[in-house]
Amino acid sequence: MANELQGMVEKRGAGLWLTHVFMIIGILVIFFPIWLAFVASTVTQAEIVSPPMPLVPGDQFWENYSAALFSGVNVPVSTMLFNSLIMAMGIAIGKIAISLLSAFAIVYFRFPCRTMFFWMIFLTLMLPVEVRIVPTYEVVAGFGMLNSYGGLIFPLIASATATFLFRQFFLTIPDELAEAARVDGARPMRFFWDIVIPMSRTNIAALFVILFIYGWNQYLWPLLITTDPEMNTIVMGIKQMFPSGDDVADWPVIMATSILAMIPPVIVVVSMQKLFIRGLVDSEK
Amino acid sequence: MEKRVTFRGWLLPLLLIAPQVIISGIFFFYPAGQAIWQSLFIPDPFGLSSRYVGLENFEFLFSDKFYRATFGTTAVFSILVTLFSMIPALFLAVIADRLIKGSGVYRTMLIWPYAVAPAVAGVLWLFMFNTRVGVVSWYLGTLGYDWNHVLNGGEAMGLVAVASAWGRISYNFLFFYAALQSVPRSVIEAAAIDGAHFWRRFFTIVLPLLSPTTFFLLVVNIVYSFFETFGVIHTITSGGPQQSTTILVYKVFSDGFVGQDLGSSSAQSVILLIVVGLLTVIQFKFIEKRVHY
Repeated sequence: MANELQGMVEKRGAGLWLTHVFMIIGILVIFFPIWLAFVASTVTQAEIVSPPMPLVPGDQFWENYSAALFSGVNVPVSTMLFNSLIMAMGIAIGKIAISLLSAFAIVYFRFPCRTMFFWMIFLTLMLPVEVRIVPTYEVVAGFGMLNSYGGLIFPLIASATATFLFRQFFLTIPDELAEAARVDGARPMRFFWDIVIPMSRTNIAALFVILFIYGWNQYLWPLLITTDPEMNTIVMGIKQMFPSGDDVADWPVIMATSILAMIPPVIVVVSMQKLFIRGLVDSEK
Repeated sequence: MEKRVTFRGWLLPLLLIAPQVIISGIFFFYPAGQAIWQSLFIPDPFGLSSRYVGLENFEFLFSDKFYRATFGTTAVFSILVTLFSMIPALFLAVIADRLIKGSGVYRTMLIWPYAVAPAVAGVLWLFMFNTRVGVVSWYLGTLGYDWNHVLNGGEAMGLVAVASAWGRISYNFLFFYAALQSVPRSVIEAAAIDGAHFWRRFFTIVLPLLSPTTFFLLVVNIVYSFFETFGVIHTITSGGPQQSTTILVYKVFSDGFVGQDLGSSSAQSVILLIVVGLLTVIQFKFIEKRVHY
């Protein structure tokens, strides 16, 4: 009986194979742009500019990738990778740090203006940086933070998603723990370091994955505030590699750069898949 | 919800909350306030002083047929992105849900594009459809179709929408897949015993049970297409041809930074702010509902 039922609900035999085939076709279609970029990063410019370009990788892998990494177009791609890494790590760590502290304050203390601060932070949920670009640019320029890591990082950590996540989580920590800590005479910060942080480890890691990708993939903000090619991040730097006017773009190097730009976030997502999915679901709740 | 047990003192919590409050104040509230303030002024051509004009910037915007067209463009764009990203995702999730073996591998393969930045996705799709070297446009040419998104606004819109939707398929897939996995087996089996075929079960049982997830994804994808697709549009079309892919956020950028029209750009920011507010309210209303569900 159970087997028969399973047969009705799950596909067997030919139907099962058909399902696999559909899945594989779907994945191939979705993968095609990445595959093509990879192929383009391993062939010569001549092979690309006389279409159709080949669909299997060529033998120019090292030539194109070393050209990209060490000379690039405006600036070596290795420099842009480094800038992206600093920006992504700065945003992820910075946002997690300030959010842990403020969520702890909001949950475990009663202090003047607490509700006001709470709503103030809540409001920042609503306004993506894209909406306030001109005045934010002016503020950053006023501080002399154009072309600096601080200018890349700070405006993007001014948002409350992480604070809310940690607040929700802290509220689920049993009261008995705080009670015991208080009876033992532990100071609040001791409780924070010894109990709250260790208990939040998984949430912190999940959020780190999401924020790292968010930071790495920023485009508009670095485009505005990094006029010096030395400060370009890789995601915004690719567009800068296209020539203006009618010159032909150096496709193999541009495509090698595109592949390099996606490797770090892909590694983070694939290797920390469970945390990533958890972070995704948590941060949207 | 509030904690019963709290610590005493007020200086420590104020110090703890200070970094976030200061950063939000400097990089969020002050600029947002500036946007609202500047939207009431028109700077003189030399940028030395500005004149208070009340709501004139807004009146001008809404009488500007290019700005009004941007609303239509944004609507078309976000509908396309939402459809192109949700339908394939649902289809793939349904298939993956039927497979017991291999679905883990498939899932790993499918979450890749999520990690690809919108701007990089833009470059990949631009490369495929490039009028000179693009593989897809070349093969379309051999079929007798002359692809040219540089001149044809409709093709440009289709291309930016597909490129924007591409990475979102992964995201939507993960949510649909999780939702499908939580549909009770017994309900499906009961329907199977009653002789309902797969598609019948899908439309009468599974799809209605997915509706909270679907609605949630609908809102999230619209927000995404409004605000996070700038990179795709900037890399592929730069808003052209003839503004046919200029969405609201893109226009804030092009008027504010390229056109240096601060008053108008600020007024547009304020309008966007209202749009975001409305979307947020919808989202929160929905989350309340989901709790009951």
